Amino acid sequence: MDLRFTPEEIAFRDEVRAFMKEKLPPAIRTKMIDGSRLGKEDLVTWQRILNAKGWAVPHWPKQWGGTGWGPVEIYLFRDELQQAPAPEPLPFGANMVGPVIIAFGNETQKKRYLPRIANLDDWWAQGFSEPGAGSDLASLRTTARRDGNHYIVNGQKTWTTLAQYADWIFCLVRTEPAAKKQEGISFLLIDMKTPGITVRPIQTIDGGYEVNEVFFDDVKVPAENLVGEENKGWNYAKFLLGNERSGIARVGISKSRIRRLKELAALERSAGKSLLTDPRFRAKIAAVEIELKALEMTQLRVVAAERNRSGSNKPDPASSILKIKGSEIQQTITELLLEVVGPYALPDQVPHDDSERWNEPPIGPDWAGPLAPQYFNYRKTSIYGGSNEIQKNIIAKAILGL
Amino acid sequence: MDFALTDEQRLLQHSVERLFADHYAFEARKRYGQEPGGFSRALWARYAELGLLGLPFDEADGGSAGGPVETMIVMEQIGRALALEPYLATVVLGGGLLRLGGSEAMRAELVPQIASGDLILAFAHAERQSRYDLADVAARARRDGAGFVIDGAKSLVLHGDSARKFIVSARLAGGQSDRAGVGLFLVDAAADGVSTRGYPTVDGQRAAEVTFSGVRVPAAAAIGEPGAAFPLIERIVDQAIAALAAEAVGAMAAMHETTVDYMKTRKQFGVTIGSFQVLQHRAADMLIALEQARSMAMLATMMAADEDVRERRQAISAAKVQIGRSGRFIGQQAIQIHGGIGMTMETKVAHSFKRVTTIDTLFGDADHHLGIVAEGGGLIAA
Repeated sequence: MDLRFTPEEIAFRDEVRAFMKEKLPPAIRTKMIDGSRLGKEDLVTWQRILNAKGWAVPHWPKQWGGTGWGPVEIYLFRDELQQAPAPEPLPFGANMVGPVIIAFGNETQKKRYLPRIANLDDWWAQGFSEPGAGSDLASLRTTARRDGNHYIVNGQKTWTTLAQYADWIFCLVRTEPAAKKQEGISFLLIDMKTPGITVRPIQTIDGGYEVNEVFFDDVKVPAENLVGEENKGWNYAKFLLGNERSGIARVGISKSRIRRLKELAALERSAGKSLLTDPRFRAKIAAVEIELKALEMTQLRVVAAERNRSGSNKPDPASSILKIKGSEIQQTITELLLEVVGPYALPDQVPHDDSERWNEPPIGPDWAGPLAPQYFNYRKTSIYGGSNEIQKNIIAKAILGL
Repeated sequence: MDFALTDEQRLLQHSVERLFADHYAFEARKRYGQEPGGFSRALWARYAELGLLGLPFDEADGGSAGGPVETMIVMEQIGRALALEPYLATVVLGGGLLRLGGSEAMRAELVPQIASGDLILAFAHAERQSRYDLADVAARARRDGAGFVIDGAKSLVLHGDSARKFIVSARLAGGQSDRAGVGLFLVDAAADGVSTRGYPTVDGQRAAEVTFSGVRVPAAAAIGEPGAAFPLIERIVDQAIAALAAEAVGAMAAMHETTVDYMKTRKQFGVTIGSFQVLQHRAADMLIALEQARSMAMLATMMAADEDVRERRQAISAAKVQIGRSGRFIGQQAIQIHGGIGMTMETKVAHSFKRVTTIDTLFGDADHHLGIVAEGGGLIAA
């Protein structure tokens, strides 16, 4: 047992760190530190900087733009990126539909979609959840009826993150209505410009517009946009969701947010003294730091096990532990960031979407604005990616055999 | 970065597992607890035969030069089995002080006796008023010719009623809580002026109140530099905390496994209670608490001998917080899920719960160490 990274790994980490420092645009970095919302342009700009370096999709096979890094390098890269703090590549392309196309798509699909995902030429959205199908995803009802060389899609998706920017959406659709629940589902790629698609933004609890409803009304989708085999979509979805969990501990982001928390706690004053010297507040910060340290070690154990297994890409059921703990810690930090500004959490002074501008001087400290919205927004982390309760079901079944 | 054991370490793990599998059935443990000193002398001899008692000492002193990982392996199995033998007191604490602070002559004489199982040691440090402050030492040592005279009352001395020798902390100079001025001395339990009152602790182990009245020791009895032994005490307590963290993980893992097994067999309303989602989620929460604790026990192990004192202390304290909190949660839930039977002396989980409760209290509980981490500026530089 040894905590130290090899000299090669340390050199690699330093190279990534230097790259982040040099190439991350200061305006994006500032938004990340403040906790402000990023616009579409921010994500596209950053993704293209990464792609120019060849680091946009490190975990993909080399042939499609991957780096050939092992689990330790992937971990170090992600940790440095998160601590920079830089935005993570949009997951819907790089981490979700990309790997599905690589694993189950045909050559034409790979050539057509993968390079455009890596460069964020195509903005992808995830069409899984429906009004009646959340954690119980397999009860989805959107249908795709074969009609010659097309599928005709009807139904509704919801909680579709950033679909207002999307060029494409990957959807789970029911192609065999008579089949049992998990059977009869297919995985379909749909161009958002196709007639019959309507996007309705949903304003979330933080005032922002991050999610949408997407309606499909006799949408004609070429049959060539089917991934893999018809009625096998549930398998592809399970593969995708397994991938989604493995990066979800987000230890680097939490480290970066704790730095911010300490910075603000040092500036805020309570009873004439810096909040950072208040024993009760300091103990709360220490408690979450300890939880995070334990999570970091747990994540490293998973990474080391993955390296030692080498080759097997099966998601480790321990990734459910990372998801649960990672989301809880992120939420706790946003609670503390809310508490740090005390009453100045109250003014609602952050623009709700790209079109609004807040031109007034800030009420209270400069840094207060985004903290309450972020606190509200981060309640999502224990809901998305398979709610934490679903993760506990997975642990009970897959690890404990209950 | 690696968390795997070497082949040799796996062999060690296997042989300790075997020892306890063969000799530590629940009924056997009950019997050992009734023996003088509250543990099995016969098994202690088996520890010696397996090389466990000489494990951390230098080869030159008669040991096998194991490190913190080897200690972790033994302690985790001790925790699983709830073994009663004084491994922590003799090998980790007493032996550790000798290893890092004892003179060559002292090590040459005593390490072989420890390794063979002939010598049981105890660390007489805590006092009635000291609570978790390691520097709070009221016992006094004054120079007397070439030697020292020790006076003071030591409390909660682990396995103090079995020890043939004590390592006693006593103050040569400074105020009661000063880090400077503390010395460590090897004292024979049979020496004039030493009196010992042994008693059981709630976890079924033993401790003692030990008083030293005008006890004379020669200059050669000093361990480390008289008056400057405090950093040594801190180092050994940190190593003991790492060892206790591993023991706690063993106890927690055993409780968790037993509880999950019980959920698969215990039937109510015509079904196993493991089919109830509320209990499935509780068992999942216990597993998360266990894995977080295991991660921190590994961190403590790997940091226990670190040269950077600040980093080491912060990591050890952080681990102690995690161990305390995970141990309390897993222990309480194990009892709850077992229901009435978990409330009795007849189930092992009840005893494991009491052991993890004890471990939280030893060398500072979770709250105490949370304070240390917080006052030290946390784990992440601002």
